[in-house]
Amino acid sequence: MKFARYLVLRIAAMIAVLLVVTLVTYLIFQIVPADPARAECGRVCTPANLRRVRAFMGLNHSVWRQYIDFIGAIFTGRNFGHGANAIHCSAPCLGYSFQQGQTVLSLLGQTIPVTLSIAVGAGLLWLIGGVAAGTFAALRHGRAADRLVMAGSIVGVSAPAYLVGLLAILVFGFRLGWLPTNGYVSISNPGEWAEHLILPWCALAFISAAIYARLTRSQMLDALDEDYVRTARAKGLRESRVVGRHALRNVLIPIITVFGLDMGVLLGGAVITEKVFSMYGLGALLIGAVGTTNLPVITGVTVIAATFVVVATFIVDLTYRLLDPRV
Amino acid sequence: MSAIPAESGPASVEDLTATAPLGGWSRLRSDRWAVGGGLITLAFIIVAVFAPQISSLAGVDPYTYHINALYSNGLPRGALGGISSSHLLGVEPSTGRDLFAIVVYGTRTSLFIGFASTMLAALIGTTIGLIAGFRGGVVDVGLSRFTDLMIAFPQLIFMISLQALVPSSFPRELFMIGVIAVFGWFSMARVVRAQTIALRNRSFVMAAEAVGAGPWHMLRTEILPNLVSTITVIATMTVPAAIGTEAALSFLGIGVQPPTPSWGREISAAIDWVAVDPWYLLAPGLALFLVTLALNTLGDGLRDAFDPRGGGRR
Repeated sequence: MKFARYLVLRIAAMIAVLLVVTLVTYLIFQIVPADPARAECGRVCTPANLRRVRAFMGLNHSVWRQYIDFIGAIFTGRNFGHGANAIHCSAPCLGYSFQQGQTVLSLLGQTIPVTLSIAVGAGLLWLIGGVAAGTFAALRHGRAADRLVMAGSIVGVSAPAYLVGLLAILVFGFRLGWLPTNGYVSISNPGEWAEHLILPWCALAFISAAIYARLTRSQMLDALDEDYVRTARAKGLRESRVVGRHALRNVLIPIITVFGLDMGVLLGGAVITEKVFSMYGLGALLIGAVGTTNLPVITGVTVIAATFVVVATFIVDLTYRLLDPRV
Repeated sequence: MSAIPAESGPASVEDLTATAPLGGWSRLRSDRWAVGGGLITLAFIIVAVFAPQISSLAGVDPYTYHINALYSNGLPRGALGGISSSHLLGVEPSTGRDLFAIVVYGTRTSLFIGFASTMLAALIGTTIGLIAGFRGGVVDVGLSRFTDLMIAFPQLIFMISLQALVPSSFPRELFMIGVIAVFGWFSMARVVRAQTIALRNRSFVMAAEAVGAGPWHMLRTEILPNLVSTITVIATMTVPAAIGTEAALSFLGIGVQPPTPSWGREISAAIDWVAVDPWYLLAPGLALFLVTLALNTLGDGLRDAFDPRGGGRR
């Protein structure tokens, strides 16, 4: 029952945050210097034409009305213009890109799988890889392996993802010829999908795994000094069980908290990584839209990015509750 | 430092400055990693300040095209990306611009944006942290929730989106400094807030309040001087992040615009050449990596030296 209450509150908070973010995004982009209607009006733009374009795009209303239209369209869809020329954008409508002649949702549908594939795989890899390396280092505290992991982590922290990615392309792609270095393959072909994503996953996970390894190591060293670990050992438990069940469980709690805060970093990293590996994802869509002041797309991507972070943080929070029965 | 009443016994855990700064400096000096990081950082700063002089000593500049240093397919003539006595780090493929000069001037771009945005972020973060910590109550709760929200946010996406707002005539460097600072002050605000709350309950601050010091006076003469080392440590750790963000934005093609040299943009350009001219990647990549590494180790060293909680390297 307590859990149900938590779920309801948490989801309500998520929706509130998203509404605020959408509103702020919407308001901020009202001050954009370029007039989107002017861009669509054509070379010879009479005031009458401009008015018509403005009305067609729904820009003739107040900012507040436009915002309400935008939110409403997510649930009911909307039409731009009237009669035969009307453009229909069915629910959930996140706006329409007049420049590309496509709904923002369909543009997002083409790019989200790319960015999400990179982000989810790399996120799992960095969490698991970082915790594994950190635990390994802590268990070999002070020995060569420990120092190697620590030195590696300092190096990793300072190497940007795109640099690691380019080196990986150079070595594993061109020199050794083991893996493809560019392009995204749809997940409907899982083998090739994964093959194309191995390098991006590793490149993006490398840095953060390094940070997590340092964090895990220091937490694990502290945990191994705790009374409950001594008790577990005194009970005669095997060392693997002491570390795996007792210490690791407690170490994971702060790590998962940090992971929840890193969802935005993960998404940003995925956007950079997709460029390194020449994949057309959210970042490419957004950068293109910024270049042409394509406001519907900019707003759509920003709102979707915020949604990703809010939902991912929610999932991390749920995991956290499963790990720590006290919460 | 201001005259802090000497307190006997162990320093309180929250108070970084309770350990005498002198002890911190000697701890820092004995940390080889931190000293190395500091020296490399200093070298980069010197390169950034004297970029024109250094380039002209080498007889090059970052803007001139050297077509005769290239083969007809755009690749640099000679081995190792065209390294020669006149082009110390080789030349850029397809333009033949001198990579040494580009990297030297790129240092200027990176460090200028990195340090300037950090200073601005430190100013914003310190102000907000002080207000939140000192005032407490609703102000504190509001500001803390806001920073919680922002820390988890997809900042890079927002930074990219915000580019749509600036007219192309607006100086790009200034915009980047602003944007990086606006998204860079959260950790500073958090730490300053926590420290301010801790300091506020210390006896010397309460004594000042008891003798009738106003809030402004207390902040300026009692609290702020005790935050200096904390602020320095956090700022030092913010600089490499800011440099990384500048490079990332330039890498994505939305940072500083050509012809202003930028490491991030060079690395981005190197993508297309990495198969045939991997040396192109080396110099800008290594420069970015080295300065980040140096600042990170310096920051770690400063934290270990001045923050008893860190406990030093084990």
